[in-house]
Amino acid sequence: MLALQYVRSLPRYALVRATGGRAGVATGDFSLLHLGDVQEPEPPNGSWRRVLPSLAGICGSDTAAITGHASLYLDPLTSYPFVPGHEVVGILAGDGARVVVEPALGCEVRGLSPLCARCVEGRPGLCQRVDEGDLAVGLQTGYCCSTGGGWGEVLIAHESQLHEVPPALSDEAAVLIEPFACSVHAALRGAAGAEDVVVVQGTGTIGLLTLAAIKLFCPPRRLIAVAKHPFQRQQALRLGADQVIRPDEVFQRIRFATEARRLDGPNLSLLLGGADLTFECTGTAAGLDDAFRYTRAGGKVVAVGMPGRESVDWGPIWQRELTVMGAYAYGTEATGARTFDMALAAAPELGLEQLTGPLFQLSEYRDAIAYAVQAGRRSTAKVAFDLRGLRL
Amino acid sequence: MSRPGAVLEVDRNSPPTLFHFGEGVRLERLPLGSRILYPPDPLEPIAHPERAIRRALAHPLDDDPLKDLLRPGMKLTIAFDDLSLPLPPMAQPDVRQLVMEEVVELAAEAGVEDIHLIVATGLHRRMTEDEIRHIVGDRIFTTFWPDCLYNHDAEDEGENVRIGQTSDGHEVTLNRRAAESDLVVYVNLTLVPMDGGHKSMATGLASYRGIRAHHNVETLLGSRSYMHPPDSQLHHSCIQQGRLIEDHVRVFHIETSVNNHAFPTVANFMQKRETDWTPADQATYLALKQLSDFAPRDLKRTIFHSMKAPYGLTGVNAGQVDQVHERTLDVVRKQMTVEVDGQTDIVTMGLPYLGPYNVNSILNPVLVVCLGLGYLFNLYRGRPVVREGGVVIMTHPCRYEFDSVHHPSYIDFYDEVLADTTDPGQIESKYERRFAEDDWYRQLFRKSHAYHGVHPFYAWYWAAHALDHVGDVIVVGGEREVVHRLGFKAATTLADAFEMAEQTVGRYPSVSHLRTPPLLLADVR
Ligand SMILES: [Zn+2]
Ligand SMILES: [Zn+2]
Repeated sequence: MLALQYVRSLPRYALVRATGGRAGVATGDFSLLHLGDVQEPEPPNGSWRRVLPSLAGICGSDTAAITGHASLYLDPLTSYPFVPGHEVVGILAGDGARVVVEPALGCEVRGLSPLCARCVEGRPGLCQRVDEGDLAVGLQTGYCCSTGGGWGEVLIAHESQLHEVPPALSDEAAVLIEPFACSVHAALRGAAGAEDVVVVQGTGTIGLLTLAAIKLFCPPRRLIAVAKHPFQRQQALRLGADQVIRPDEVFQRIRFATEARRLDGPNLSLLLGGADLTFECTGTAAGLDDAFRYTRAGGKVVAVGMPGRESVDWGPIWQRELTVMGAYAYGTEATGARTFDMALAAAPELGLEQLTGPLFQLSEYRDAIAYAVQAGRRSTAKVAFDLRGLRL
Repeated sequence: MSRPGAVLEVDRNSPPTLFHFGEGVRLERLPLGSRILYPPDPLEPIAHPERAIRRALAHPLDDDPLKDLLRPGMKLTIAFDDLSLPLPPMAQPDVRQLVMEEVVELAAEAGVEDIHLIVATGLHRRMTEDEIRHIVGDRIFTTFWPDCLYNHDAEDEGENVRIGQTSDGHEVTLNRRAAESDLVVYVNLTLVPMDGGHKSMATGLASYRGIRAHHNVETLLGSRSYMHPPDSQLHHSCIQQGRLIEDHVRVFHIETSVNNHAFPTVANFMQKRETDWTPADQATYLALKQLSDFAPRDLKRTIFHSMKAPYGLTGVNAGQVDQVHERTLDVVRKQMTVEVDGQTDIVTMGLPYLGPYNVNSILNPVLVVCLGLGYLFNLYRGRPVVREGGVVIMTHPCRYEFDSVHHPSYIDFYDEVLADTTDPGQIESKYERRFAEDDWYRQLFRKSHAYHGVHPFYAWYWAAHALDHVGDVIVVGGEREVVHRLGFKAATTLADAFEMAEQTVGRYPSVSHLRTPPLLLADVR
């Protein structure tokens, strides 16, 4: 089958990282990503189905891996070579049903019994046995050599990973269900109170979807989005932000919104007072450093965007007694509902297709990656591969 | 004898007209038949200021000589206007220094030991050490700073006392030291007819609670104009408060006025009518134009703000407030008045780099509005120069630029309030309290050098009458996004602006250009 494959090479990884990780270099001579004819993945047993991807998104975690910015922490949790692509809408081989794939590869998917403690809690994303069972090591479809991924003609999925897509949802909207589920989970983890001032730092796909999820599931007193580009501003307002501010004015504006005080240090400002809860969706040192200084003492910072090895100042985390928590993936939430089902139920109202585009063929992957890296500047959020043409 | 103000008509032989443009200048061609309003030339200054001051203190109006009011053991407070005026600041020695040195000397001779000098900042920012030194001079500064020479603090709960309520029900507060003094000597400098009189004490030594009685939209809409006190509710309200203050504490008023010699020799062309420009003036204009077109912004700002004006003293009067102020206003009006025959459809004005609230700082967009539609628009007596429903065209770069030390609440006012509405009434009811009581603004006002949190509201209210009166405002050469945020139209050239204005006032509109600074007061018949 035709697929993009990610091949492990630490020297190349170091090399593309060293060149600044520019997309052109990262998909050039030293590319870790290759387009070619790849062996189709084999279903381990009868609980598995073949899925033909229709659209597969390019996630920030994908571009991070390709440009050498992903955390090396993830390396032993990944099996190589793998076909990337964990934001997938496709059809089931055979009956043609439209499905999205829930990528986490926990105990159930791996055929392990009894389930590990985290999987019992409904958190396959935090599975403690991701190195066992029917599959090679891997946290997710799209980072495991056994399953294939969305950037190839065929992937295999365990039946527990499949969610049928309601007809009301276009492929362009459905391709965002996976990141939206991440955002719903993040919103529930942050659990904003009705009187809180909440900041969403960063308004790429994850930031925008997190805004929408907060607005839907725990609307606070004031929801502030930090956006760089006009498209992001406009979408942030549409998806529920009360106010959109620029990254260079976070201290001024959040100070005002929270009636805090501001002190200016030699490098950065800080607020005495500040946001009750912050969702950090950039995954960058700059974003984290700001968030730690404008979130009030005793407040919470939820790391939603995937950070790598970032150099951040721990001073404010310590002195402000901040609670910093990660928000990774999805599963079954406290209500007993599966995050994916919550996302699928809420999505039709959100006009998510406005965030998707342009679409690229697999053969255009160099352009696609370059575009995805600059999505915000180019007035889009989600760049995706369109594989529908491959099955004609 | 200096030439009186004049209204000249633009004809084929008229040279192009000077427009100020922030830290820059432009020469523009006005349509044939436009009128240009020129302020009078500088009045002849008083030859011996010290002598005039001594005479005023010895022969006050309706009051005893200052010497007789001073006695050992008394508590004496000298309050004085801050550096918000004159504009640009006066080259040293400032007249306030000359007056205060005289007062302090008399006090010393009379054996007064408890003397405090207070900068009557009202809700303005605290003046810096250097700025205070500039006003009072070295001798007073080294003697009294910092324990007995300091800024009024309108937000110090303990240091402001409520002294009563006017018959209109307005609260009056006063600086505690002043309220508890046996005598307050107020040293004023009146630049425009709005300044001085009862307003000095009623705003300079008051707090937000007192000042909001007259610094509000309703009062300012009822002040037509606030540059002509008889027609100004602002002043009626200040007079009420001022009388209550005079009942409470003995005040001896000293008011000064200066001529309009506003520019040093290097920028002398700004002072003159274009027809009077010599080749040397032409050359300095070109040099300045070069500088302002190409020099980095910070450098330009430094150069412009370092300009100090060689004003000459035109009047000094002392004694009871009403008589003193009457005399002061006479001279000020004489210096500023231009008689104007009727209104026009359009008024054009070139806005300079400086207004009363940005000495040594940036004229941010909110202050641009305050300067153009507040100060300059209101410099009339009778009727505004522009007719009702007419158009004001202002030239200014209108950049998104703020001084975060002096104007922190202005930034939030621009970004939060103006993003919502530009209507003064709505702004007042929806937002004023929130800004006035913001803890951080209060902190910066008291400890740093920030204007009071409420101050941008006042800057905007200053323009309320103009916003109510005119049909349109067009800014030439401003940043488009900023101009739109302010609620105005943006034009690239003056010619474009005239074309846009015609959509509001019709074809072949009549035009007046306010050739200012120096400031002028249009007496519109
Ligand atoms: Zn992802
Ligand atoms: Zn598990």
